[in-house]
Amino acid sequence: MAKTKELLFDPVVNNNPIALQVLGICSALAVTSSMSVAFVMSLAVIAVTAFSNLFVSVIRSQIPSSIRIIVQMTIIASLVIVVDQILKAFAYEISKQLSVFVGLIITNCIVMGRAEAFAMKNGPIDSFIDGIGNGLGYGAILMVVGFIRELFGSGSVFGIEVLSKVTEGGWYYTNGLMLLPPSAFFIIGFLIWGIRAWKTAQVEADEFKIAPNTKMKEA
Amino acid sequence: MSSNNESVQKTITVALVLCLVCAVVVSSAAVILRPAQAVNEKANMQMNILQAAGLYDPQQSIQEQFQIVTTRLVNLETGEFVEGMDAERYDQRKASKDPSMNRVLSGEEDIASIKRQAKIAKIYLIENGDQIEKIILPIHGYGLWSTLYGFMALEGDGNTVAGLGFYEHAETPGLGGEVDNPNWKAQWTGKQVYQGDEVGLRLVKGGADRSDSYGVDALSGATLTSRGVDNLLKFWMSDAGFKPFLDNLKQGRI
Repeated sequence: MAKTKELLFDPVVNNNPIALQVLGICSALAVTSSMSVAFVMSLAVIAVTAFSNLFVSVIRSQIPSSIRIIVQMTIIASLVIVVDQILKAFAYEISKQLSVFVGLIITNCIVMGRAEAFAMKNGPIDSFIDGIGNGLGYGAILMVVGFIRELFGSGSVFGIEVLSKVTEGGWYYTNGLMLLPPSAFFIIGFLIWGIRAWKTAQVEADEFKIAPNTKMKEA
Repeated sequence: MSSNNESVQKTITVALVLCLVCAVVVSSAAVILRPAQAVNEKANMQMNILQAAGLYDPQQSIQEQFQIVTTRLVNLETGEFVEGMDAERYDQRKASKDPSMNRVLSGEEDIASIKRQAKIAKIYLIENGDQIEKIILPIHGYGLWSTLYGFMALEGDGNTVAGLGFYEHAETPGLGGEVDNPNWKAQWTGKQVYQGDEVGLRLVKGGADRSDSYGVDALSGATLTSRGVDNLLKFWMSDAGFKPFLDNLKQGRI
């Protein structure tokens, strides 16, 4: 049980795919301008990571190593198409907003990374849980970024108005930057800073040393 | 991984079996979910039509609201209704690509840069007894990056704009994408299309005078999208577009 818990919750903070491994940044910038979209995207990634890990793990002893990457890609791509079709059938409005980004889950490094790094070496159940855990880690960052961006960019949370906007007779001037993808860069940067200040084990050693002769000297 | 996994035979077998399984999964998902998707797409299109006419109420079901709308086909050249074709099933976008149903536009005529135009257009009418209350016309044309598809709603007089909306485009978000801005769209309501016999409706760079009943503000920072919208309006309201139909309507010929 302890192992299951570790597999499930370790990727959320201790080994977060976005904050520590810095994977999957592209879609984290694109889909976080509103929380409901970020939420559906998180669910889609959790489903794809979990099931791709499961299927890769089930057939891992049969996969010839020369074509293992393309085998993983085929499984991931099929799952993504299925997810996309389901969204189009049952959550049409949100699938319109997610547009191309559902399809781009195929290229999300987190999915591929877990299939290659974990599912190829571990049993199906552990792999499935690992997939859910990493999806949760991705989702957690997405929800935090989405919360900040939607709150300050549109004055709402999950589409429900929290700060009354000036354009609708309130007092809050919306921050236009928050609606643009670059703002997610800043927020993710601050998040990584925050997490590493809390969990100092994540701080990487400097790859260089500052030379001693750069100290200021009296002229 | 045992070494017999690496043989050519095994590699090909794994690849083939995997492809087969994945192909079956993907295609069955597509086939099974197709009806539900078609319903969504249809509802979405109906919502766009109602929104362009300014009649959409999110509280009520789209199907119920759409009952007041009649779908008709119009021959663009003669401006008359086409009878004997199933209006519901006619697909104008498909027809514009079919050589037997389209017309290739010459360079100078083609100000909206659409190259081919279907001969028959699918329009929507909202009638009240014998009176036509609103006419909703499909319009499209090239902006900066993409073809903008939308609807233009006119009042029963065939001259006053009731609303305008684009449902499909890929213009720059925040600049050309502001064609979706409700404040900008609200400006269209009440404008006049024809000034004498010419199309007077236009986008004005730097902002239209409030008293100008033909001018609408161009989008700031989106000169090319604005020009595209201006051109596609001129095109679809001209003789090549819906003018013959609107003239017939005004003179009570149909």
